[in-house]
Amino acid sequence: MQTSWIPFIPESASTVSGKVDALYFYLSGVTVFFTLLISGVLIFFVIKYRRRTAFEIPRPIAGSHKLETLWSVIPFIIAMSMFAWGAQVYFENSRPPKNANEVYVVGKQWMWKIQHSTGQREINELHVPVGRKIKLIMTSEDTIHDFFIPAFRIKADVLPGKYTTQWFEATKPGTYHLFCAEYCGMNHSGMIGSVIVMQPADFDNWLSGNASQQSPAVAGQQLFQSLGCVSCHGANGEGGRGPGLVGLFGSKVFLTNNQTLTADEAYIRESIENPSAKVVTGFSPIMPTFQGQVTPEQLIQIMSYIKSLQATGTPATAAPTTKAAATPAVATATPQLNRK
Amino acid sequence: MKAFETFETPAAARVNYINAQYGLKSWLLTKDHKRIALLYLGSISFFFMVGGVYAMLIRLELLTPQGDLLSSATYNKVFTQHGIIMIFFFLIPSIPATLGNFLVPMMIGAKDLAFPRINLLSWYIYLLGGIITIYALLAGGVDTGWTFYVPYSTTFSNSYVIAAGLGIFISGFSSILTGLNFIVTIHTMRAPGMTWFRLPLFIWSHYATSLVMILGTPVVAITILLLAFERLSHVGIFDPANGGDPVLFQHLFWFYSHPAVYIMVLPSMGVVSELIANFSRKNIFGYRFVAFSSLAIAVFGFLVWGHHLFVASQSVYAGMIFSFLSFAVAIPSAIKVFNWTATLYKGSISYDTPMLYALGFIGLFTVGGMTGLFLASLAIDVHVSDTYFIVAHFHYIMVGGALFGYLGGLHYWWPKISGRMYPEGWGRFSALVIFVGFNLTFLPQFVAGYLGMPRRYHAYPPEFQVFNVLSSAGASILGFGLLIPAIYLVWSMRYGKHAEANPWHLPGLEWRTASPPPTENFLTTPVVTWEAYEFAPPEEMQVVGRMKDEKLEAPVS
Repeated sequence: MQTSWIPFIPESASTVSGKVDALYFYLSGVTVFFTLLISGVLIFFVIKYRRRTAFEIPRPIAGSHKLETLWSVIPFIIAMSMFAWGAQVYFENSRPPKNANEVYVVGKQWMWKIQHSTGQREINELHVPVGRKIKLIMTSEDTIHDFFIPAFRIKADVLPGKYTTQWFEATKPGTYHLFCAEYCGMNHSGMIGSVIVMQPADFDNWLSGNASQQSPAVAGQQLFQSLGCVSCHGANGEGGRGPGLVGLFGSKVFLTNNQTLTADEAYIRESIENPSAKVVTGFSPIMPTFQGQVTPEQLIQIMSYIKSLQATGTPATAAPTTKAAATPAVATATPQLNRK
Repeated sequence: MKAFETFETPAAARVNYINAQYGLKSWLLTKDHKRIALLYLGSISFFFMVGGVYAMLIRLELLTPQGDLLSSATYNKVFTQHGIIMIFFFLIPSIPATLGNFLVPMMIGAKDLAFPRINLLSWYIYLLGGIITIYALLAGGVDTGWTFYVPYSTTFSNSYVIAAGLGIFISGFSSILTGLNFIVTIHTMRAPGMTWFRLPLFIWSHYATSLVMILGTPVVAITILLLAFERLSHVGIFDPANGGDPVLFQHLFWFYSHPAVYIMVLPSMGVVSELIANFSRKNIFGYRFVAFSSLAIAVFGFLVWGHHLFVASQSVYAGMIFSFLSFAVAIPSAIKVFNWTATLYKGSISYDTPMLYALGFIGLFTVGGMTGLFLASLAIDVHVSDTYFIVAHFHYIMVGGALFGYLGGLHYWWPKISGRMYPEGWGRFSALVIFVGFNLTFLPQFVAGYLGMPRRYHAYPPEFQVFNVLSSAGASILGFGLLIPAIYLVWSMRYGKHAEANPWHLPGLEWRTASPPPTENFLTTPVVTWEAYEFAPPEEMQVVGRMKDEKLEAPVS
């Protein structure tokens, strides 16, 4: 259904969006019709039967079973047509097709972590090809989120301790909004991103990596050098004036304010963008902020480099298996800190 | 033509429930349902203003796409507290506890409610809940959304969740007690001759509301208790990290909170039935259909909570059943709208302020109800749930519905309650301003919602700004409109024209006694020999016992 000329309709970019819009037009039509009917009759009566003399008493009318039946049955039939149509569109799209490409989505306060079945990771961005069925397998690391793409007319809650799915087939290349639609705390309105729909060829290009073909961790290692991190954190993250980073991810960190936390993505990200927010015991807040100096993509690369610095000393550069990616790090992200 | 019966004597007009006793103690320890209604009126007005200030802060923040006026943390508290205050401390008690408290005994010809002490207790309980909630707001606020969804509220929020929950838990008992009182009163204290089908429809809708109050409120009380328990001791009822189920909370919460919508709107429908009949001097078209549709709404209202969970991982088949039932519950509401409209046919319609609110209610409730169908429809709900479409929809029901009914009722019975007339010109003007301001505030939100703007967003993409600016402009008109009655109603208590016993020339029992009524409402027990809305010629509708210095005036035309 071609709807782009109609005002107040979001971009229609999936196979289901046209069906939802058609149903929406039906309901809007019925709503406008009945609203105009009721208010028209109301205004007509109010004018026609206005009080003309102070003492008039109109003849009482008890009611009419015929009319009552009429205005119960007709709305009921209309309501049932809406129910049936809405349920049918919903039901058709409730089961992801078997041949869909799987993409894993992990929501956490306040970012979307996405991984393609080929291992490609993204944060707050989802690249998909036109014309291929994509099935999202979603879970949350903390509270309830909701993965909402208005241009596709799809939305589903993302719950902790549970996997939910939804699927779509994009029909139009472009960049579309991705929103978290379930209130999830302070930065809920910042938990947004984009869905980038590409031609299949472009997508395959994108999927096979950037020109360098580097894994994020290797790219991160280069950034670690070029941004000068090495001067304080050591050439291989062994530490110096700044805390050591080997084995940091997932470990307990003691802070100068006597708090303890588990080093997760959010903590590392915060420590790069706002280093003085949480300072490790025994160190001074001397690190400059890198906010705005590193792109989100570079941040992910640095993060994956830090993650790869495990105690064994060998950076793990291989893409994790999809299974591991789908398992939410609930244990590492236990938000004890937030408890009062 | 039957003589118009009245149950009041001239002497009684001089001593009424307001001047019967003086002093703070005589108010704080009163058992008079009318005085308790005024205590409620004062307290809910206070909470309405608090909630209104939060609404203004929300609309100011959303003028610009950036989160620039408030911090994210503050904004989240502001919309949460707007919801909690408006729903639990204004809308739920609004009509039942003020107009209902005042009028249920008077309309059935009783001296008081069945349990006057419990009635006073309910106000103190409400007040205690309110004070605890205000404490939660002052101590640092609460940021969970009024819905308290877990595990955010149990585990992640740093705010005063337990204090706010406790306030709501406690105030819930006040609505249980009010509901209980109404049911017993309506069953046992009707005047001789006041049969069930002679009851004004205001009473029917309060009866239905009371059923929902006593059956639904305990469920939300238990749910909040479990939430607090889990937050304190991590028992693992709702939080999956402790082995709980967060969706269970949503089921329990909406099992009350959906019917609670009917607690807010059913009394308003009762008011509108009174206004439509009385200001067109017509008996309600299809009285029994309107009466029973209230009960149908109360019963079916308990079966549709699952439509709040269409995108919350509920099973596809459960979704379809709840969708079906949600469409079904729309029918009794539609029947009411059609019957109100038909009542006007060949009536004698006056354009007094209460009638303007009633007509506004029908229009806005139609829009609110019809847009509810979008949400009952599964495929559309997937797209619009948790967006501004929902925000617009429920404000049409709660402001366009519940608040319009409340304001209409307040104006209509103001002469009876205060013994004074409000200024009619200002009344009509403000009703119009409120209607325009309301629509300008919430109509654009339907559009923003379908375009995909999520609710509870502190900052938003710039393409939604135009709708938010319209909304904020509308909200300032709405706020200005609401200030006008607030000022002139207070003003009229001292300077308003003295009201006659029956200023609108109506047959209802409450108009057959003095304005304001004596403490015992009727000096002799009324005997009802007429049907509801049986209009006599207005000259007969003067109450015999009006004060001597009052002249018989021609009715407003």
